[in-house]
Amino acid sequence: MLTYQGKSVFGGIAIGKIRVYRKNAQTVKRVRVEDPQREMERFLAAKETAAAQLKSLYDKACREVGEDNAAIFEIHQMMLDDADYLESIENIIKNQSLGAEYAVAATGENFAQMFASMDDAYMQARAADVKDISERLLRILSGREEEQDGGGEPMILAAEDLAPSETVQLDKSKVLAFVTVKGSANSHTAILARTMNIPAIIGADLPLTDESDGKTAVVDGFSGKIYVDPEPELLKEMQARLAQEKEKKRLLQTLKGKENVTLDGKRIQVYANIGNSRDLALVLSNDAGGIGLFRSEFLYLERDTFPTEEEQFVIYKQVAETMAGKKVIIRTLDIGADKQADYFGLAHEENPAMGLRAIRLCLTRPEIFKTQLRALFRAAAFGNLSVMYPMITSVAEMRKIQAVVQQVTEELTADGVPFMVPEQGIMIETPAAVMISDLLAKEAAFFSIGTNDLSQYTMAIDRQNPSLDDFFEPHSEAVLRMIQMTVENGHKEGIWVGICGELGADLDLTQTFLKMGVDELSVSPGRVLPLRQVIRQTDTRKL
Amino acid sequence: MKEFTYTITDPLGVHARPAGMLVKEAGKFTSKITLSKDGKSGDAKRIFAVMGLGVKCGETLTVTAEGEDEEAAAAALEEFLKNNL
Repeated sequence: MLTYQGKSVFGGIAIGKIRVYRKNAQTVKRVRVEDPQREMERFLAAKETAAAQLKSLYDKACREVGEDNAAIFEIHQMMLDDADYLESIENIIKNQSLGAEYAVAATGENFAQMFASMDDAYMQARAADVKDISERLLRILSGREEEQDGGGEPMILAAEDLAPSETVQLDKSKVLAFVTVKGSANSHTAILARTMNIPAIIGADLPLTDESDGKTAVVDGFSGKIYVDPEPELLKEMQARLAQEKEKKRLLQTLKGKENVTLDGKRIQVYANIGNSRDLALVLSNDAGGIGLFRSEFLYLERDTFPTEEEQFVIYKQVAETMAGKKVIIRTLDIGADKQADYFGLAHEENPAMGLRAIRLCLTRPEIFKTQLRALFRAAAFGNLSVMYPMITSVAEMRKIQAVVQQVTEELTADGVPFMVPEQGIMIETPAAVMISDLLAKEAAFFSIGTNDLSQYTMAIDRQNPSLDDFFEPHSEAVLRMIQMTVENGHKEGIWVGICGELGADLDLTQTFLKMGVDELSVSPGRVLPLRQVIRQTDTRKL
Repeated sequence: MKEFTYTITDPLGVHARPAGMLVKEAGKFTSKITLSKDGKSGDAKRIFAVMGLGVKCGETLTVTAEGEDEEAAAAALEEFLKNNL
């Protein structure tokens, strides 16, 4: 067995034979022509054919991957019609009496070079688009057919890189996974693979040789690994995971788009928890109603300096826009001595779980907090964004937060940038917050119960310490009563109450939570549909 | 000649899709429409020229329109930029 590694762009498991995809080598000779006029006519005819092909590709892509993703083929049509591009080709043919193939290849190379030399990764990736249209023209000029999928069984497609047009043209029922050696996360192939729900790995070190062609392989789109000639044990494990995924897909087919409503008509929101904007695709593919907990820590970790307001804004806005009007609840920075980046310069603590973390850190270092709030408030103008504050233990903390919110609002107004003060909620994760939830409910638009910390603080059990496992009760009555109390106090003030900790995904407790009147459960994306299934089978009158 | 400036607010800058839409919008007018940024300029009706300017978020574009329908062209492009970029 040989193992290769790449970067995952879309999760999923695929097991099958590898097919190495090779582009027809386009060697173009610099030939002089007798009759440039005739050569120009050949080019114009090829251009017309190319435009027609792009038009039908656009239509095909619209049907398969939606108008937004298909737009690239409209751009290709415009590139093909671009006056600078055409003038350059015409010049080479007419003034230098060179063949149409050479004129197209040289012009394509020049324009691709222009993009490749730009100082922005997105624009650099556009060089592939220019090459794609030039190759299309060359193919037509040379009278070669486009490479089509040669029937047969579904395969794992391995290629140097795939142009967007190649990706769309493939028969999707014949592709188990994409593996490319090149490609960026910005490439259209990566975007299309995500939309088509096909496991995809880019930047893989898999050799594209005859050796690889036809070999059995496992593609693990979650870890970015490719196993060629897998060992029986691994194969068995992967087959089991594949079966799980199929089950998920089946659930998806029967439950996607369905409401989270009990047999007796009780409704509950089911949202997803995520820790990185990369997980957005999972949120959508699992049909979550929104994002109930977006952990903002990833923006701060694995780097050497604080993320700027602009960096944060771009990501929050992207999340809000991608969710297109669905609720996105972003938790402000929850970092402390146990989970931190060096540049925070936090002192070592004996008991970090009870230390300077989360909102305590934010109120101690308001400059960090203000930058995040500015970015969040600006992004709130672009979607249905809410903010929630972690580790609250007193009303006084909420008042302090409101003073910072007030400052941020005034500063943003003075700066004249568009912004909105989003809905603000409280994470209920300390016994203190539960005990005064009647008071806190007057200070917030919603509550979200973080059951992991709440359990640890209520039972005084460190979840990282395995010697305490015997003492840990997953369905602790004490914690359940805390939840009940929070829900009741929230509802008395007319605010909604959700659960975003692990207990929320515990299917044995779903009925208990429905009975308590919990308004929302936020779980990891893969748990959304199983939860929906239980909810739809429950009749709360019989509980 | 009509001229105005606009600062890009889209975090991706003038990326492929809005560039394409801008070229289409400019194509509706007979006036010559030019985009410029930091001394570089390009014809707004040519997609490679528009994308080649590499206009990023926060940068300011100067748009000029010259011709019979310059009033309408400038107004339409300003409206387009506000709505899309």
